[in-house]
Amino acid sequence: MADVNRGDRPLSPHLSIYRPLYTMILSITHRITGVGMALSITMITWWFLALAVSEEYFEVANAVMTSVAGGFILLASLWALSFHFCNGIRHLFWDAGKGFELETAWRSGLAVLAGSVVLTIAGIMVVAGVF
Amino acid sequence: MGYQTDRQRVEGLGSAKDGTVEWWKQRVAAVALIPLVFLFVVPLLRAVGSDFNTVREIYQSPFNAITGILFFIVIMSHLRQGLQEVIVDYVHGKATMTISLLANTMFTTLIGITGVFSIAKIAFSG
Repeated sequence: MADVNRGDRPLSPHLSIYRPLYTMILSITHRITGVGMALSITMITWWFLALAVSEEYFEVANAVMTSVAGGFILLASLWALSFHFCNGIRHLFWDAGKGFELETAWRSGLAVLAGSVVLTIAGIMVVAGVF
Repeated sequence: MGYQTDRQRVEGLGSAKDGTVEWWKQRVAAVALIPLVFLFVVPLLRAVGSDFNTVREIYQSPFNAITGILFFIVIMSHLRQGLQEVIVDYVHGKATMTISLLANTMFTTLIGITGVFSIAKIAFSG
């Protein structure tokens, strides 16, 4: 009888009871960017498939990729990738047991944000043909 | 450690049994992606917006073809592992989770194989 409510017990961690912190936002953003890029890589793979099939099919996929919506998705993906890349490296340091101090985690988070902007701008410059 | 039985301590296994292999593989893929992501994204950003023949020429270069294929292989496993972690955390119920995990494996394999095949076909036709 004691286990009647087994399925209804609150699950840990119940994040909603905590005051949102900036490091928590970064953490969930890592997941959101990762899941989001699943969609971008699907579109890009379709573009590659079209490139392998025929010129006519490529024109269709390329029109989608270079449309305003496609361009927005690519730009958002570029930032998402830049963020996920920088924060992924931050995670690898944590995996090695380094950088757990509050102050360090806070500052490495700022570095990730700055790095994501720098890499996004560098990516835009590649598109523009600067390098 | 205090709650483990002697047998569990000897085997060194928690309730997940084989999770450390997955964990390690995810890190191997992540580290491999550090250079690969640049090798994939830079030619891609240069190719986007160009015409059919120019884009094909980019991927007919053995360097871009090999790094592109490598990227698709590694991203396929990294994506599968990452989405699996998200599914395991947020999807509840045995049936729903099993279906989600199956769908994840199939989707990421399809994406990976399609990318590898497409780049190989372009490269071999050059």
